[in-house]
Amino acid sequence: MDQTNPLSHARRQFLKNSGMGLGVAALGSLLPQNSIAQTNVAPAAKHVIFLFMAGAPSQVDLFDYKPDLDKQFKKPLPKSVSQGQRVTAMTRGKEQLVVPSMFKFNQAGESGLWMSELLPHLSRQADRLCILKSLNTNAINHDPAKTFVCTGSELPGKASMGAWLSYGLGAINKDLPDFIVLTSAFWTGGTRNVQGLYSRLWGSGFLPSKHQGVAFQTNGDPVLFLSNPEGVDSDVRRRMLDAAGELNRKHLTEIGDSEIETTISQQEMAFRMQSSVPELTDLSQESREVLDRYGPEVHKNGSFARNCLQARRMVERGVRFIQLFHRGWDHHSILPKQLRGQAYDVDQACSALIEDLAQRGLLDDTLIVFAGEFGRTVYGQGKLTRDDYGRDHHPRCFSGWLAGGGIKGGMSYGETDDFSYNVAENPVAVRDLHATLLHQLGIDHEKLNFPFQGLDQKLTGVEPARVVTEILS
Amino acid sequence: MTTRFEPHRSRPTSILRRRVVLQTLVFLPAVFVICMLEPSHAQDSAVNFNRDIRALLSDRCFHCHGPDEEDRKAGLRLDTRDGDEGALNALKPGDVKGSELFMRITSDDPDTVMPPPEAHKKPLSQQEQALFKAWIEQGAKYEAFWAFTSLETPPTPTVSDDSWAANSLDRFVMRKLDQSGVSPQPTADRRTLLRRLSLDLTGLPPSREEIENFLADKSENAYEGAVDRLLRSPRFGEHLARHWLDLVRFADTNGIHHDHYRDLSPYRDWVIRSFNQNLPYDDFVRFQIAGDLYESPSNDQLIASGFNRLHMIIDRGTMLPEESHARNVIDRVTSVGTAFMGLTVGCAVCHDHKYDPITSREFYQLYAFFNNIDATPETGGRSGNDFKRGLQQPYIELPDPEHQRRRDELTAQIVSHEKEISDLKAAAPTANEQETATEQETKEKQQKIKQIETKRNALRGELSKLEMLIPAAMVMKERSEIRPAHIMIRGAYDNLGEQVERGTPAFLPPMPEVVGRPRNRMDLANWFVSQEHPLTARVAVNRFWQQLFGVGIVKTSEDIGAQGEWPSHPDLLNYLASRFVTTDWDVKALMKEMVMSKTYQQSSRATPEQYKADPENRLLARGSRYRLDAEVIRDQILVTSGLLNSRMGGKSVKPPQPEGLWKSVSLPSSYPSRYVPDTGDQIVRRSVYTFWKRGLPPPQMTILNAPTREDCTARRERTNTPLQALLLMNEQQYMKAAEHLAIHALSLEEEGRLSAVYETITGRVPDAREQEVLQKALADFETFYRERPELAKVFAEKNTDSKHPAHAVAAWAMIVNTIYNLDITKTRS
Repeated sequence: MDQTNPLSHARRQFLKNSGMGLGVAALGSLLPQNSIAQTNVAPAAKHVIFLFMAGAPSQVDLFDYKPDLDKQFKKPLPKSVSQGQRVTAMTRGKEQLVVPSMFKFNQAGESGLWMSELLPHLSRQADRLCILKSLNTNAINHDPAKTFVCTGSELPGKASMGAWLSYGLGAINKDLPDFIVLTSAFWTGGTRNVQGLYSRLWGSGFLPSKHQGVAFQTNGDPVLFLSNPEGVDSDVRRRMLDAAGELNRKHLTEIGDSEIETTISQQEMAFRMQSSVPELTDLSQESREVLDRYGPEVHKNGSFARNCLQARRMVERGVRFIQLFHRGWDHHSILPKQLRGQAYDVDQACSALIEDLAQRGLLDDTLIVFAGEFGRTVYGQGKLTRDDYGRDHHPRCFSGWLAGGGIKGGMSYGETDDFSYNVAENPVAVRDLHATLLHQLGIDHEKLNFPFQGLDQKLTGVEPARVVTEILS
Repeated sequence: MTTRFEPHRSRPTSILRRRVVLQTLVFLPAVFVICMLEPSHAQDSAVNFNRDIRALLSDRCFHCHGPDEEDRKAGLRLDTRDGDEGALNALKPGDVKGSELFMRITSDDPDTVMPPPEAHKKPLSQQEQALFKAWIEQGAKYEAFWAFTSLETPPTPTVSDDSWAANSLDRFVMRKLDQSGVSPQPTADRRTLLRRLSLDLTGLPPSREEIENFLADKSENAYEGAVDRLLRSPRFGEHLARHWLDLVRFADTNGIHHDHYRDLSPYRDWVIRSFNQNLPYDDFVRFQIAGDLYESPSNDQLIASGFNRLHMIIDRGTMLPEESHARNVIDRVTSVGTAFMGLTVGCAVCHDHKYDPITSREFYQLYAFFNNIDATPETGGRSGNDFKRGLQQPYIELPDPEHQRRRDELTAQIVSHEKEISDLKAAAPTANEQETATEQETKEKQQKIKQIETKRNALRGELSKLEMLIPAAMVMKERSEIRPAHIMIRGAYDNLGEQVERGTPAFLPPMPEVVGRPRNRMDLANWFVSQEHPLTARVAVNRFWQQLFGVGIVKTSEDIGAQGEWPSHPDLLNYLASRFVTTDWDVKALMKEMVMSKTYQQSSRATPEQYKADPENRLLARGSRYRLDAEVIRDQILVTSGLLNSRMGGKSVKPPQPEGLWKSVSLPSSYPSRYVPDTGDQIVRRSVYTFWKRGLPPPQMTILNAPTREDCTARRERTNTPLQALLLMNEQQYMKAAEHLAIHALSLEEEGRLSAVYETITGRVPDAREQEVLQKALADFETFYRERPELAKVFAEKNTDSKHPAHAVAAWAMIVNTIYNLDITKTRS
């Protein structure tokens, strides 16, 4: 041991100890054993980018083409269709008058998928998309519905999708979180339809909290408390950690508790994150061509487009699950104007993300999911003219799409009735989407569980869930 | 368990329920821990049904062969031994081969093996099969579930070393140590002891002066003196309250949709006061469940009944009110289940509980006690003071005398002005007079009315402002006419089944009959704290134990029912719980008994092998060592740096947090939608007073495992993550605290300066090696900052009143920062 310089010794000692990485330290604690080991599904994908459209986009105006509705304008929705289905407090007791979409739909790609004129860029990716038209949920209000999509339960306290994956699969890159959340709101779609978010949507619930999503911040440190305080730079931080490490190791010898070792390695990981995270979020090395692909919004901090580009960078660096929340889809009134804005926010960026991943050979490894928490009603709210209307919440059917990650492109799955009101065939419940997502990452949803409150908790809950095998390539 | 409000399968509206006998079963999620702790038991000739068999039956069999009639397969239930469908149908006591149960669990035919492959349950291991075999050979006896049997004081064990056992508690611990062939650790050194005690009882470390006094006190009862002093400290109530507030999901926002502000701070103050005044726990329970139902309730009793108002609540105009109502009541009952019964009663919302003997009907009988609230089930509108004050009716106001005086005064003035106005208006000229009244007179009169109105409006404005300052507490209140309660089929608020009367689960002692009126929450509260109730005391004692030892005697303190973990020391829990009841639910006495034990006072030093063998210290063969909670870590930084403002009570405060967090989740119309930090000494109050937005609680807290307070949390987990390391290294307030302590250190004599800082933070005096490391680091920091004046300058600019050179402040701040980041600093040992 070099007595003259304990600090440098400490550093060497650390490097030796940390050679095994964080995983070993984490294993030292008493984690309940999950049953992943029993899984024998071959993974099709390694990463997920979940583009969560918080507020619930209108399937009627974006994906679920119903040309015949044109003749139904302002006609009451037949009782045979609505079947006394529950409504929100906003439309209870009111007449349900049908409003067709004012937007044109076009067939896109070789597959000829019908897509709204509001999505010109995404239409060019049609042959890579699998549009799900028969998604359905139980909740009719935002908060429980979002909690349901994100955690498999309407009530708080359960683990989110990303937390499950982190728990089940562990990290790929030990210097970055396994599960990162990026949010955007107050964008082109305006502020009036923005709904709230809650950290439980990316929480770990009953799972150990190291699996919770790390929400990157738009302003200031992307990861909370990442930067050294003023007057402290990485040099002095290094010295401080060397001294702390030296003392911690001394205490470890005296006390015997290996938790001290974990503290040391977590401090070192924190130090590494102080360089790995800024490297991740620094877009200065992105080419002009790539930036242009994402559109002009990419230059603005906190935009959905910029978050999409960040997501691609995260996938490149081995982040397992990236969830984007784009708020502002709750169009109870003035839908046409505001939906236009929202669609503008996401259209080019989604398309660019798919293209970008594909060009880098990462699309096959990355499952992209685009969905809201429910759909919107075919009957209108608000003003109710041909080109000005709103739509209420609708859990019975909604549309979303998948791309990459072993999913067939250029297809649409599931059908709704003539009013985009009920699922007519091939329903996909939220838990089926969860099961499919897990399956693509090599996890049998029945086997990914965790004992809590006397139950083997699962993302897919207790109702039977099914992998939608028809859409797997 | 189906989570509530999920898609529901249909079921018949009315099911004739057989009374489930006490023999309901249990599962141990951590059988392996027990095996590890009691290595001999697997080979033990005597199989203990409760410990060895119940858990396996519960986990692998009950889903289809348990209390829930609807899912029961093959007309067989294994939670009871006798009866038409009882376990004896598949068991022949003494005859393994003749027992179908054994044949099934050992079969290798996928069509007959139990549990069947499609159930996705783990097959029984060979060792587990062996347990079944031995159990059947020994007569396949069932036993009542421990937590549901009445409380009796178990005989005090005889142990190998009487001198070690300071009190009866120790004997129960030592018996297990004896059985395991393990010796306890010696008593911890006095510095460690005082630090442990101070952190456990008050959530704050001891000051250097307190350490000095304690070390100087050579009397035999010096330790007891310290215990008594800490139990008398008002910090005790704050610290215990913090644990309680997790349990009852106390927060400052509604938690749903807009997640608007609400103010329940008087409830928090009452909890703190109650612990400080040592309110007996039975009253503590009564006040919360039914404080409003005392004949003439005191303010405290009413405030406490606000327990029933702590649930999340949705905004008006989103959900249907009847659904919101049902959700609130379910939440309330579930919380009572977690807090007072230690059971997951919420599982019975949609169907009979799969593991505990609680039928769905019984859940709704409990529901019937709590559904009669005289309040709207959703938040009010945005207009008016109630919204701004964060209040929802019903509430009581708690003005101080000065507020009351001023309010009376203003009200009187307004009334008098209004009288003047109406008099003037009434004196409006009649038709005849009108002719004679000059235009001038009318005009003057109108002007006068206007003048008075202006005055009145100003007074109204002042009154409104005054009201904003008056504390108020949301309370529970009954409707005069009882709202009927129904079973909700599959938990659906709009699918009502049979109507049910208020009542309690049949597996628990019966509630006394009441005559001439329906049972109410007060009857329920009295039943909870009756001598016969097996759960209330056990659940409470287990949680208080957890607060001191890091892990409960039953680790799953939120669930001591069938699926909860088997207690590490069942007799110890029974002993403490029955003593708790016989000492009139004296919380401080209970805490004292626990901390006075030798068990508590053990050193936490052990070999790495011992730590590895029992990482959570379930055997109690050493002092527990675990990371401090978020609040304690922050408060420790504030108090050791000299910044803590120890003012008690009042509304929640907002210490600084990184900008933009609330904005990233709030609606623009959320109240409030942006985080505006407080200033001055409000930002250095104890963390129990920190504002808690459920949608995004303070990151300084959640990063260190504080819950969101959306649902009841009986125990926090403790992780160790890089985000925590970043928080402790870089959080601005924590760095400011380091600078504050650095400047204080620089005012001390240079000799002993380092030691003083180290002792202030860790309670220990650095030994030679620690001195050496820190001296070297200090020299290193000093050199660094001398060479980097542009960095050192930052410290000088922030601390303009400091007389010390910038590089010295900077270097010492980094020394303090180093010590704040030591594992021993954030750990209770």
